[in-house]
Amino acid sequence: MKLTGAQILMKVFEEEGVDTIFGYPGGAVLDIYDALDRTEINHVLVRHEQGAVHAADGYARAANKTGVCLVTSGPGATNTVTGIASAYMDSIPMVIITGQVSSHLIGNDAFQEVDIVGITRPCTKHNYLVKDIHKLASVLREAFYLARSGRPGPVLVDIPKDVSNLTTTYEKPQVGSKIEMRSYKPTYKPNIKQVQKIVSLLKKAKKPIIFSGGGAIHSGAAEALTEFARKTKIPVTSSLMGLGAFPGTDPLWLGMLGMHGTYRANLAVSTCDLMIAIGVRFDDRVTGKTDVFAKNATIVQIDIDPTSIHKNIPVAVPIVGDCRMALEELNSLIDNENIDDLCNERDAWFAQIEEWKNTKPLAYEQGEAIKPQYVIDKFFELTKGEAIVTTEVGQNQMWAAQYYHFNKPNHFITSGGLGCMGFGLPAAIGAQMACPDKIVADIAGDGSIQMNIQEMATAVQYGLPVKIIILNNRYLGMVRQWQELFYKRRYASTTLDHNPDFVKLAEAFGALGLRATKPEDVEKVLKEGLASPKTVIMEFITDREENVYPMVPAGKAITDMLLV
Amino acid sequence: MSEKKHILSILVDNEPGVLSRIAGLFSGRGYNIESLSVAPTNDPAVSRVTMVTVADEDIMEQIKKQLHKLINVITVHDLTGANFIQRELALIKVNAKSDNREEILRIVNIFRYKIVDVAPDSFIIQATAKGDKLDAFIKLLTPMGIKEIVKTGSIALYRGN
Repeated sequence: MKLTGAQILMKVFEEEGVDTIFGYPGGAVLDIYDALDRTEINHVLVRHEQGAVHAADGYARAANKTGVCLVTSGPGATNTVTGIASAYMDSIPMVIITGQVSSHLIGNDAFQEVDIVGITRPCTKHNYLVKDIHKLASVLREAFYLARSGRPGPVLVDIPKDVSNLTTTYEKPQVGSKIEMRSYKPTYKPNIKQVQKIVSLLKKAKKPIIFSGGGAIHSGAAEALTEFARKTKIPVTSSLMGLGAFPGTDPLWLGMLGMHGTYRANLAVSTCDLMIAIGVRFDDRVTGKTDVFAKNATIVQIDIDPTSIHKNIPVAVPIVGDCRMALEELNSLIDNENIDDLCNERDAWFAQIEEWKNTKPLAYEQGEAIKPQYVIDKFFELTKGEAIVTTEVGQNQMWAAQYYHFNKPNHFITSGGLGCMGFGLPAAIGAQMACPDKIVADIAGDGSIQMNIQEMATAVQYGLPVKIIILNNRYLGMVRQWQELFYKRRYASTTLDHNPDFVKLAEAFGALGLRATKPEDVEKVLKEGLASPKTVIMEFITDREENVYPMVPAGKAITDMLLV
Repeated sequence: MSEKKHILSILVDNEPGVLSRIAGLFSGRGYNIESLSVAPTNDPAVSRVTMVTVADEDIMEQIKKQLHKLINVITVHDLTGANFIQRELALIKVNAKSDNREEILRIVNIFRYKIVDVAPDSFIIQATAKGDKLDAFIKLLTPMGIKEIVKTGSIALYRGN
């Protein structure tokens, strides 16, 4: 069957089960859009290409599938870079298709030409420029395979205009055919001898802890992780990316770890004698000062990416492999053991943790002005913890992480590694496309919501009932917090006293706008917003100088916490 | 931890952009490339990159893992400490006037190098050696007046199997 490059792209989308893509058309992708228009694939027209990538990111995480976006050459392509970098840091499976100027123009500084393969080399898992139409189908299949396998990540395919227009023979891949790449063979199955070492370590450990991260979610390890922790009675903490892999309302849950981690999680990590790290990369926001991080512990680290192991923290037992497979292996090993042998003297350990918990719990006092934490508390209560929550970046993100107790994986969607403001709204659009029946909320600040506010038009166009919760403190709150604590309260460029009227803005976009200015309005506004079938902005005028606590100053040990 | 010189032999897909991926990895992560040499192997689909880098043990482990993580990298071998042959090639253009032509020839013969170009007042010498031997040779020629030097990066192979 002879097909054009654009039609081949549609065929591969079909092979890969792509049903939704996020994009923005332009000159170099006219042929692709023409072909796309004749398929059943949903195309979500965003209002800025950065929005397309974040939306594909949100979609990928909520649907547990590979996200796809499609943009044109030049500025279309460069606008995707921030989103790609965020997806790369957070290991999100994604395929980005960029149009490119025609092959004969490449290198001539043609109109809307940019070397996007060169630009995105350091922030993609891999990327391709397809100059030969005969290679298009195999490159695209490889791109999808790379994006979702091993440690997932974004893969970019740059397609010159003439390649999307030329024709060649298309052949369906044979059923069950696998992609073989001699230079890429991720290790899934962990070394059994290494996994056995965990069992022997458990027999000696008196103060064990589990530290799980994004890898536990990506590999689908939540169930195995929960089973393991409960069987062996080991308390669990996690990184920001790992929230939801272990139930946030379970008695074994310690709360998040790190710069804004809970008092008990930070102390437990610093005291534990065994740490089982699952799908984490020991980011500086988690470890603080590395040479005293978990200094009393034997550290076991399970990760599919060998570069994550022994990068920031020395590890006694490295295990390269899929987190889910490793935990399932571990669970079956434990079934052959006397479980009491694996749970030494836990009472003392739990008593200690309970004491820490009672000394400094996460807390705030609701006064005359609305406390941002109170809004999230109420939102958690009203949604029974079932909502998919995306966030922007800053205080809003940290309060969401601290006060919305995630019980399931793939429900907390945040730009963890890159820390990219403007992420939450488009990510919520993607998540809502993936899960039309779920409550999807973007917990935002008044600063970051304005970074991709244009996507309100997208949400309204597609009738997406996304709930946007703006915690409005008229500041760039997290930066202001640092200025308060470390720059003698000199609030350089962090005051936002020219914000738009968010209620009117919502209305202008055709959405519902609600505002609460007093604590007693909070519940009413949340209820009304949750009940609406429309896209809704709920604005909460909050206590201006509320800070996120606990806080570990950058570079300090995680036991050096500033507390309320 | 102390830094040490390592010689890496990396097999990669012979495709456009692969060298840029490797160089970008080193610059992006702050690793250091002391010398680099690249050419296709007997399999035209595969190129061999030979690289000399200086790093402590922890960084070296990361360098090897990070290289391996690049999709186009097939294998990475650290030859350091193994039994291997290492060579560099240099072309050296040196002043050769009547009063020192004999002396230059003598030195070249001692080292068993070759003169590959003879001009009225200069020679070009082709020298193949390990780095330190080449340095010693260049030092001996310096008083004669070296006009230009071009050197390749190191190349290396395991001995035997």
